[in-house]
Amino acid sequence: MSKVRVLVGTRKGAFILTSDGKRENWDVNGPFFGGWEIYHVKGSPVDPNRLYASLAGGWFGQVVQRSDDGGQTWEPVGNEFAYDGVPGTHQWYDGSQHPWEFKRVWHFEPSLTDPDLVYAGVEDAALFRSADGGKTWQEVSGLRQHPSGASWQPGAGGMCLHTILLDPRDSNRIYVAISAAGAFRTDDGGETWRPINHGLHSDFMPNPDAEVGHCVHRIALHPARPNTLFMQKHWDIMRSDDAGDSWREVSGNVPSDFGFPIAVHAHEPETIYVVPIKSDSEHYPPDAKLRVYRSRSGGQEWEALTHGLPQKNCYVNVLREAMAVDTLDQCGVYFGTTGGQVYVSPDSGDTWTAIVHDLPSVVAVEVQTLP
Amino acid sequence: MIRVVIPYHLRTLVGVNGEVKLEIEGPVTQRAVLDALEARYPALRGTIRDRVTGKRRAFVRFFACEQDLSHDPPDNPLPDEVAAGKEPFLVIGAIAGG
Repeated sequence: MSKVRVLVGTRKGAFILTSDGKRENWDVNGPFFGGWEIYHVKGSPVDPNRLYASLAGGWFGQVVQRSDDGGQTWEPVGNEFAYDGVPGTHQWYDGSQHPWEFKRVWHFEPSLTDPDLVYAGVEDAALFRSADGGKTWQEVSGLRQHPSGASWQPGAGGMCLHTILLDPRDSNRIYVAISAAGAFRTDDGGETWRPINHGLHSDFMPNPDAEVGHCVHRIALHPARPNTLFMQKHWDIMRSDDAGDSWREVSGNVPSDFGFPIAVHAHEPETIYVVPIKSDSEHYPPDAKLRVYRSRSGGQEWEALTHGLPQKNCYVNVLREAMAVDTLDQCGVYFGTTGGQVYVSPDSGDTWTAIVHDLPSVVAVEVQTLP
Repeated sequence: MIRVVIPYHLRTLVGVNGEVKLEIEGPVTQRAVLDALEARYPALRGTIRDRVTGKRRAFVRFFACEQDLSHDPPDNPLPDEVAAGKEPFLVIGAIAGG
């Protein structure tokens, strides 16, 4: 019978939650790396026992841990993320130029075909690549050297490259998203990149329709339809059907189109999930009700999913990395909150239960579906 | 023999219990001690000193013999008691974060 393994990163350590295909009874293991802030834990789709974890903190900087046995044991691997050549500068909060400085890894994206190949999205925004299982890292510098690079600026959470999507049909095509620069795409394996933000509108920018500068929070795609992208922007839920060349808003009837994560159902490419948050200065749900919103039409028309979720006095947030889906026949949806809950819906969002209630604030949730 | 104490989270990172004992040839300085420490435990690279600049990370402090040596030039000799192994060189995670 299939199993699921949920990889949870929190402000004070990592946790691994496991269950069988019913997803009713759970084993909770951890904390791993107690006391470290875990930005992301992700497994290789080729070798599910190969996991990568990003540990970061104000005291001791960046550590990358790797497991080759599904998280039972870990070893530190390479943590040298050196920008290619002279790093140069980008725009700072006050409009001045600021040197590019590595701070932390926000996201790992293991290759779809090679267990030793993994990408890392980092702050200050750049894409790195390791071909030896994380021991050494090289910058994919064509991205940061895009002519717009000097105009990129940090969002409130820092200037982070937080989303990496690998096109399952074309290994030369990669999408990334940066706060607050926008979305970018390469079609030549990372040599050259171009902004793909046409159609995004951000009122906080001097030119709301500029080519770069948008605060993209998350992008998601369905592997069977990789030219269709869904985006949760700072404000606005967006959709593209031409690999990001153009976007249109599909916020429709959600109570707030501000939010962080967005996810696509494992078997229904037009079924997507968001978690509306009241505003960028009030990082909690509208009306104090924790609601996942599901669209079965690829956006625009949304329904609130509430069964099992707190519907009063709820003031948690759900961060951009903290939502994921499994690939069981009955698709499971998962998300973690800043209040330390990790919720699962084993029925595509119809009903929810808390796997755990009281973890440290949850930063990242990933799910592995195991044989 | 130089005695070094590293913070709890770095001890767990590299699997160390208690003090680290290092042999150092030549002058015993901050740089020499940290170079030897990182050579013994490569996973510590970048956790005490910045990978790029080589400077002490902001929330790490160096104490020995009841003195704060954090702002001393890295090539200054450490106290004789440290060089003689009578006192440990302490790498401290600063109290920060509220």
